[in-house]
Amino acid sequence: MKSEHKNAIVADKIATVILYCIAGFFLLLLAGFTAYIIVKGIMAYQPGIFSFERTGIGVELFNTVYLVLISLIISVPIGVGAGIYMAEYAKAGKVTNYLRICIETLSSLPSIVIGLFGYLVFIYMTGSKYNLFAGALAVSILSLPLLTTVTEDAIRAVPSIYKEGSLAVGATHWQTIVQICLPVAMPRIITGIILAAGRGFGEAAALLYTAGMSSNVNPNIWNPFDPMSLLCPFRPGDTLALHIWALKTESMTPNADQIADFSAAVLLVLIFAFSLGSRILGARLDRKMSGK
Amino acid sequence: MIYLIEKFKKEYLGRSIVTVLGIVIILVTLSITGFLFYKGLGTFVTYNHSVWEFLFSSEWKPADNFDGGGKVGAAIFIVGSLLISFLALLIATPFSIASAVFMTEISPKLGKKLLQPAIGIFVGIPSVVYGWVGLTVLVPAIAHVFNLPYGFSVLAGGIVLALMIFPTITSVSVDAIENVDNGYKEASYALGTTRWQYIYKVMLPSATSGILTGVILGLARAFGEALAVAMVIGKMLTFPDNILSATNNMTAEIASDMGNSAQGGEFNDALWSMALLLLIISFIFILIMRIIAKKGEEVK
Amino acid sequence: MDKIKFDTKSLDLFYGDFQALKSINIKICENEVTAFIGPSGCGKSTFLRCLNRMNDLIDSVKMKGEIIFDDKDINGDIDVINLRTRVGMVFQKPNPFPMSIYDNIAYGPKCQGLKDKRKLDTLVKESLTKAALWEEVKDRLNKSALGLSGGQQQRLCIARTIAMNPEVILMDEPTSALDPIATAKIEDLMSSLKKDYTIIIVTHSMQQAGRISDKTAFFLMGEIVEFDETPKIFTNPNDKRTEDYITGRFG
Repeated sequence: MKSEHKNAIVADKIATVILYCIAGFFLLLLAGFTAYIIVKGIMAYQPGIFSFERTGIGVELFNTVYLVLISLIISVPIGVGAGIYMAEYAKAGKVTNYLRICIETLSSLPSIVIGLFGYLVFIYMTGSKYNLFAGALAVSILSLPLLTTVTEDAIRAVPSIYKEGSLAVGATHWQTIVQICLPVAMPRIITGIILAAGRGFGEAAALLYTAGMSSNVNPNIWNPFDPMSLLCPFRPGDTLALHIWALKTESMTPNADQIADFSAAVLLVLIFAFSLGSRILGARLDRKMSGK
Repeated sequence: MIYLIEKFKKEYLGRSIVTVLGIVIILVTLSITGFLFYKGLGTFVTYNHSVWEFLFSSEWKPADNFDGGGKVGAAIFIVGSLLISFLALLIATPFSIASAVFMTEISPKLGKKLLQPAIGIFVGIPSVVYGWVGLTVLVPAIAHVFNLPYGFSVLAGGIVLALMIFPTITSVSVDAIENVDNGYKEASYALGTTRWQYIYKVMLPSATSGILTGVILGLARAFGEALAVAMVIGKMLTFPDNILSATNNMTAEIASDMGNSAQGGEFNDALWSMALLLLIISFIFILIMRIIAKKGEEVK
Repeated sequence: MDKIKFDTKSLDLFYGDFQALKSINIKICENEVTAFIGPSGCGKSTFLRCLNRMNDLIDSVKMKGEIIFDDKDINGDIDVINLRTRVGMVFQKPNPFPMSIYDNIAYGPKCQGLKDKRKLDTLVKESLTKAALWEEVKDRLNKSALGLSGGQQQRLCIARTIAMNPEVILMDEPTSALDPIATAKIEDLMSSLKKDYTIIIVTHSMQQAGRISDKTAFFLMGEIVEFDETPKIFTNPNDKRTEDYITGRFG
């Protein structure tokens, strides 16, 4: 009995040490991983790398932000709307259950499959060339399940006393949703939107055959209807993530490795900045809501 | 009448709009599934290949034209996908569960402060960046350590994917462990057990269904990942001899050859069939997760 | 005889299979304070929430019987929104919206389509004055309502209800989350509101019922055991069970 008890205590100690080691290992791994990308990126820096020429990544950086922006304009209203429906109006039943299965399916579909669908429907069937807008549509499909689920959860988490208070002064269900539930749920919804944006920045597989792997623009044309203009959404445009992939697979450009290194670092910084921003924004909105 | 217009503005308009948006999601999903089946079945309907050939033959020579007559055995890709994904799972799961235990039981403070944000960052890193680091660090390292001419291999793919699914499994496991009734812990401690005894005799068994859900989610993510794998797998059209040899998988094959094949040709249709297979596999994963969730609820 | 505001006829209410209210018959008069007392789980709050159809929010609730409000059965084909503007409610836990004090009061009227800024200003001032809160908050109308104390928040909720100019105000244990001083202020407020509104209050405190109400109904296990003038209930109840409860023998 005594020795068994002793063994148990020793086992407990050993397990604790091992678990600490594993946790430490992952923190180090992440730190190493991030540091590696950033340092390689800094080392690859050369003047003019942000330029809009072929050796620069200016166009790709612009495309990344532009494409994600378009995709959010499309997916946020749909996702938030559907989330409101799920949280407030959906009655337990066949249609709701079906919608839930659909959201689950969408969220588990490999992004390359969404890319194929996008290619078939937005490019092949419409007879167009690869374009940013088609890419944005594909990314929208990818972010819909996230946006819907986040909105639904956020609205369900609104304390019911707010809702009751609103209904008790004769507001309709819809007025209650728009004026009480949405503002209270906003911090979480915004965090979700930023998360979706972050994923959009990093997405590549869904864009291979929708947005295309190259850009051909003239940064001096400002007319958004000219297919050579940076602002035209109906032109082929590769994002940073796709650029890294293209540099690796077709590397026709001189010093492709350096550009890829630098692109990876820029992409990472972009995503970190976004997730940091979402945390700060979320915390601030939360504070504002609680009246302090 | 005025009352109806008012009521319409205040309630029905908004309600109709969000209902329609819900339906939009159903339609999008339906059309994706519909097109995948329509295109994916072409191999079997238009070009008369058998499902058996597609799944179990390793002869992959689809004709890039509309006459057909090629071979569409996708077994190498299927085996490649299976191998890499399960290898990734094998590597990631123990680490994930260990990290989840650490974050919930050993040091919740450090967990919240350091590991939680770290996992958030792991999730945020784009897959091409994982692939790029895999290609520039891992692949040469494997070649060096095992003294191989090159390091493109199942192992490289497995490690890259393991890193990518680690945050998924960990965060779902953390949720599962946090849902374990705190009374169990008090009861166990009151009987004089050590923390570790409580963890592996009481806590982990009660969190099993939640952890399993995380594992399946991770597996699903591993199966669907394309570009990161494509960068380190080597894209060799052979079965791997061991985990150090190169091979190919479904997503990498679709990503690299979709653009080089004529839409509607045999080659192209065969690629669509692989996409269809991926869809069916993700359906199966969803089904498994639902069953696990149901079982978990019954136990409670 | 006073005018009858609510006339309930054999009302049954079920949560799924559980019957929470059994054949409730009660007539509630205008411009009086009616108190519902009884042990917790007796159905008094559930009944209160029937009077402005707040139970609609719970899917599993089924009702039988009639609640006549000014000649119309509110369980029938009526406009619920309109009903709730006429029958206001104050909740157990103060629940001001997470917005400014001004916006809290203006919320209801705005939902009804009132846009005129001047009218809104007057309404906000009137309502806050009636709720005895104006002096305390007049300089911070644009500050968040969540910064107020619990008692102030509850008076704000009363002001928010008054702003709709309802005929009836339902109060669901409005002072149970408040300290004695805040409670006294709310009780004073109720007596002064009685001349303009019909007030129905659920309370867990018999002393409170005794202090403020004209009539009291005693609920037990989903039934009304006794309903009468408050002094009668507290000094000379007809039913043994009422007496037991009043004298503290159970509950």
